[in-house]
Amino acid sequence: MIMIFGIPGPLLFGQLLLGLINGAFYAMLSLGLAVIFGMLNIINFAHGALFMMGAFVSWILLNYLGIGYFPALILSPLLVGIFGIVLEKTVISRLYKLDHLYGLLLTFGLSLVIEGLFRNAYGSSGMPYRIPDMLSGATNLGFMYMPNYRGWVVLAALTVCIATWAIIEKTSLGATLRAATENAPMVQAFGVNVPRLITLTYAGGVALAAFAGVLAAPIYSVNPNMGSNFINTVFAVVVIGGMGSIMGSIVTGFGLGVVEGLTKVFYPQASATVVFLVMVIVLLVRPRGLFGKAA
Amino acid sequence: MLEVKGLNAWYGESHILHGVDFEVREGEVVTLLGRNGAGKTTTMKSIMGLVPRREGSVKFRGNEMVGLMPNQIARAGIAICPEERGIFGSLSVTENLMLPPIVAPGGLTVEEIYTLFPNLRERAKTAHGTKLSGGEQQMLAIGRILRTGAKMLLLDEPTEGLAPVIVQQIGRTIREIKNRGFTVLLVEQNFRFAATVADRHYVMEHGKIVDMIPNHLLETSMDKLHEYLGV
Repeated sequence: MIMIFGIPGPLLFGQLLLGLINGAFYAMLSLGLAVIFGMLNIINFAHGALFMMGAFVSWILLNYLGIGYFPALILSPLLVGIFGIVLEKTVISRLYKLDHLYGLLLTFGLSLVIEGLFRNAYGSSGMPYRIPDMLSGATNLGFMYMPNYRGWVVLAALTVCIATWAIIEKTSLGATLRAATENAPMVQAFGVNVPRLITLTYAGGVALAAFAGVLAAPIYSVNPNMGSNFINTVFAVVVIGGMGSIMGSIVTGFGLGVVEGLTKVFYPQASATVVFLVMVIVLLVRPRGLFGKAA
Repeated sequence: MLEVKGLNAWYGESHILHGVDFEVREGEVVTLLGRNGAGKTTTMKSIMGLVPRREGSVKFRGNEMVGLMPNQIARAGIAICPEERGIFGSLSVTENLMLPPIVAPGGLTVEEIYTLFPNLRERAKTAHGTKLSGGEQQMLAIGRILRTGAKMLLLDEPTEGLAPVIVQQIGRTIREIKNRGFTVLLVEQNFRFAATVADRHYVMEHGKIVDMIPNHLLETSMDKLHEYLGV
């Protein structure tokens, strides 16, 4: 057996892969938070609940309607995105003139309500979601066996993250978004329907969370708490990456997943806290985050 | 083309415009002159719907603009180049230029804008719009609204703080776009510059229009003007 730093190779690579998987979810979730924060100036505390909704919707589609995994990858973000539009139009949009804190409290409340409703309907023990046949099994990479589904999650997450980054940084829609983030009234005075742009941005961020939820469904069991389990770490990721930075959330998300995975190998006791340790250090050295711009 | 009647505007508790009346005819260049704080910029912003509260009437081509959202006013064919220029630092120069949506046919092409402002062509690759010099930012702010096809342009102090050679370039541009049939409402502190481009001048004091001077009478009205502007 290959040993690396006195650790068996397969163990090291296995934890690295697990780290990458977690990192993929951190990246997708913090990316959505960053997009929403940039445009709405609201810290979307309901993000975890919407991630959970994404997983649940795919479970519901499969078990009630017989709609499988791949259609759910499109349908679930779409449906949860529409739910996001309703949320933004009915409640969140009323808070734009108030302090950030109100948005945070409202979305926190929303997440409790959403999670409570699902707990009521489905209990909190969790329900399995089978890996689609096409992605089951494992591949021998030579140095380790990689479960195909996990490889797919990393690949899909990377693709979605890079696509989101490209839309925001390289397209004219993205230019309008960035401009509206900087000076919304000016963009509106050019003829852009900014309130609609804000609604669609929220829906987009929410759809990203739901997409992550569908990817997560076969890995973690589908249960009402799956979002809250993630979201604390994700907020730490957002703070480390720098509030509102797109590339920052992607790089920090994957990076911290890997750091967490490695910690599990070398010092398992610290694996749950290492992200927060990094957060404390980053905040001390660079309070605006690794990729954050000066205020 | 633009008819403003009894326009009032407020920022919070402060009542800034107290019944502004004036009109701009198609193809004219008209200036608003007045001291700092007379309400010139607020008038521009009120036309565009960019103040928290306004009352009165702003008719553009016969249609009422008060009550519409800024994006609807822009789509009707009015474009603003604000005093602070409104260049976006997170957008490249080209992105800044291409940002405002086309609202009507008949705008200038990018090539024509580069011909008017050759500096912009050279700086087109600049990654952040705010990295440009003040003069270049002003050219960009004017250039990007020429593209949109809006025929009524609100230019708020386009010459403020700029070198004389750039002021001349902006003067040439205003005469050029007038020849192309654009209508311009111009806010100016510098009435010597205003005299080189405008057809008529409205003088503002304390949130009201107090006088109108046709450009050919500007020379003979100098004493009056000095008193209004306190220069």
